[in-house]
Amino acid sequence: MSNYKLTHLKELESESIFIMREVAAQFEKPALLFSGGKDSIVMAYLAYKAFYPAAIPFPFVHIDTGHNFEETITYRDELVKLLGAELIVGSVEESIETGRAVEEKGFSASRNKLQTVTLLDTLEKYKFDAALGGARRDEEKARAKERFFSHRDEFGQWDPKNQRPELWNIFNGKKQLGEHFRVFPISNWTEMDIWQYILQENIPLPSLYYTHEREVFERDGIIYAALDAIPRRESEKVEVKRVRCRTIGDITCTGLTLSSADSLEDIIGEIASSRVTERGGRSDDKRSEAAMEDRKKAGYF
Amino acid sequence: MKDTTGYLDMELLRFSTAGSVDDGKSTLIGRLLYDSKSIFEDQLQAVKEASKRLGGGEEVNLALLTDGLRAEREQGITIDVAYRYFATPKRKFIIADTPGHIEYTRNMVTGASTADVAIILIDARNGIIEQSKRHSYIASLLQIPNVIVAVNKMDLVDFSETVYNDIKKEYEEIAAVLKLKNVIFIPISARDGDNVVDASKKTPWYQGETLLHLLETLPVRKDETKLPSRFPVQYIIRPHSDEFHDYRGYAGRISGGSFKVGDEVVILPSKTESKITAIDEGNKSLDEAFTPQSVTIRLADNVDISRGDIIVRKSETRPTVSANVSLLVCWLNHRPLNEGGKYIIRHATEETRAIIKDVHFKVNINTLENILDDKTVKMNDIAHISIKTLKPLKYDSYGENRITGSLVLIDENTFETVGAGMIVHNLEDETYTI
Ligand SMILES: Nc1nc2c(ncn2[C@@H]2O[C@H](COP(=O)(O)OP(=O)(O)OP(=O)(O)O)[C@@H](O)[C@H]2O)c(=O)[nH]1
Ligand SMILES: [Mg+2]
Repeated sequence: MSNYKLTHLKELESESIFIMREVAAQFEKPALLFSGGKDSIVMAYLAYKAFYPAAIPFPFVHIDTGHNFEETITYRDELVKLLGAELIVGSVEESIETGRAVEEKGFSASRNKLQTVTLLDTLEKYKFDAALGGARRDEEKARAKERFFSHRDEFGQWDPKNQRPELWNIFNGKKQLGEHFRVFPISNWTEMDIWQYILQENIPLPSLYYTHEREVFERDGIIYAALDAIPRRESEKVEVKRVRCRTIGDITCTGLTLSSADSLEDIIGEIASSRVTERGGRSDDKRSEAAMEDRKKAGYF
Repeated sequence: MKDTTGYLDMELLRFSTAGSVDDGKSTLIGRLLYDSKSIFEDQLQAVKEASKRLGGGEEVNLALLTDGLRAEREQGITIDVAYRYFATPKRKFIIADTPGHIEYTRNMVTGASTADVAIILIDARNGIIEQSKRHSYIASLLQIPNVIVAVNKMDLVDFSETVYNDIKKEYEEIAAVLKLKNVIFIPISARDGDNVVDASKKTPWYQGETLLHLLETLPVRKDETKLPSRFPVQYIIRPHSDEFHDYRGYAGRISGGSFKVGDEVVILPSKTESKITAIDEGNKSLDEAFTPQSVTIRLADNVDISRGDIIVRKSETRPTVSANVSLLVCWLNHRPLNEGGKYIIRHATEETRAIIKDVHFKVNINTLENILDDKTVKMNDIAHISIKTLKPLKYDSYGENRITGSLVLIDENTFETVGAGMIVHNLEDETYTI
């Protein structure tokens, strides 16, 4: 027999595919939460691989804040077509119009937190019993505590002090009526793993991830796109700079990085020498020390 | 641009921390990340601010790098496992920093269950205490291939060689009883960094490696691709499309050995025979696939196969097919094990129900002896039990195969995972204590 050793990327891929198939087998109505960022894109490709040549047995759900970069939406629609997936869009704007969510006011207003309302409403509307998310444990300190199969009570809440044990690769997706699971197949991937995988698999990305010229302004040391979704103070000057996104989320909380990286190799080099985390540029985490934990407890992604 | 090509084929090592509350596990992980330059500036800044806010003054509390929950920071203890990642030019690491508090033993087991190395910390001032033994026992049950015993807080005992040697000697006796394999000792100060990444000048009497060097060089687990082949069927792929009208594939993760196109196979429990016609991975077809690859196997005959069945090579040792299973169980729930009660069982990709037939004994963690007269298995107890399942399981012993040799028990009403089971054939033959 030949001697065989999986590379760590192959091992991570295999683990993630195993978990996606486990979800398809254990749940009646799963969905894949698709944000348009690199992690969801990798998730989409993993799902395609896991079930090929059959269609991906769950729809993609995009919780749309209405404050997206145009490129994200174009890319999303093309990808869905390419992979033959079904797309469901939950609209935060609609949640605001129907009074389910209340728009924040002021200069640092963001619809990021409101997404939780729309997300939980969408899960309930379609009776989804498992939502696959592309969160990674290396992203943030509360995420570092997350199980692969994360139980949510009937209000969609996470109880980090009382998580179910999760042993070996045995996943227990049993739940009471009205409860659901969040499942994180790429928990063990790091930001570097994601980029290496994108390179290895030759996955096309939205142009936002590569360097481009854009009108931007600076606030609290973070560079934002100068678009209507973020109201600017008079003192905040708009300049044109060469930037790219390190993560992509809602416009109001996506910080841009000054960069001239125009290939995956360049991006990987940039990340290898970076001294700040990718979420260092996300204002949603900077609101308080336990901002992510609090949002997660309430049912956020 | 930095050279990142080496990164593509690095080895992965998973390790977890263990030991009693406050022995310094989280501080050690923080120190390891910090001294190996794996901390980002914004993370360090956040931890500095939190340290100050929590009353630590200017001293950075490195434990906060893993103790990320609000409740953990308020109480100064770890409650649930934190996973951290870092890489050196030699290896890529997945760290599970687990809690020492007895209340959260279930979370320690969670973190340890996938580890290749366990670092067991012992506070040099307190020596080996019950919780150190419990975690060692669990490491032995889980058959973690390497155990590093880190005698910590050496700074508080003046880096005394005598203190270190006394603890080492006492632990060696325990390791012998527990039949722990490959035990390595190291004197450290997690707080100050002695022997963590850099060799300490304060322990001239210690000739061994630093902790990081050990982690970079210890052998990863035994080669699972050499085991008898096991393929638990996870999901059936049938496209229902015109292009793939007749496609019928069995998806799963290889859980022992390897499979080749052309292999004669047997499907268990039905004992139906067939032959592998294709092994697919996404839209690529492979000639051969190995543990732990996730693939889709196609067979020559249209046989009746469902999730939970196991495909094995005909020429190799088969798993035991039986409804009677003997196991060592680590109990994880406040509600005690109910002898005679029914539980849901998950084993590989199979789910069935089982009745607890017998509790043979439970373990006294302090004396490491078996208790035969008290059979109430409470939270954190370790016991030897027998169960009878509704559907027969296709199993190996845990010593033979970690995947087909392990199972979990699930409460029928609450659906909580209440027990971790390691299957044994015959206790005397196994590498266990008992
Ligand atoms: N002097 C000294 N103090 C240490 C050392 N390592 C840890 N400590 C201190 O011991 C206390 C407990 O450290 P932690 O790292 O939180 O302990 P732990 O083992 O993770 O505790 P749990 O996770 O709750 O089980 C903290 O106040 C640390 O600063 C050391 O090497 N020397
Ligand atoms: Mg700790």
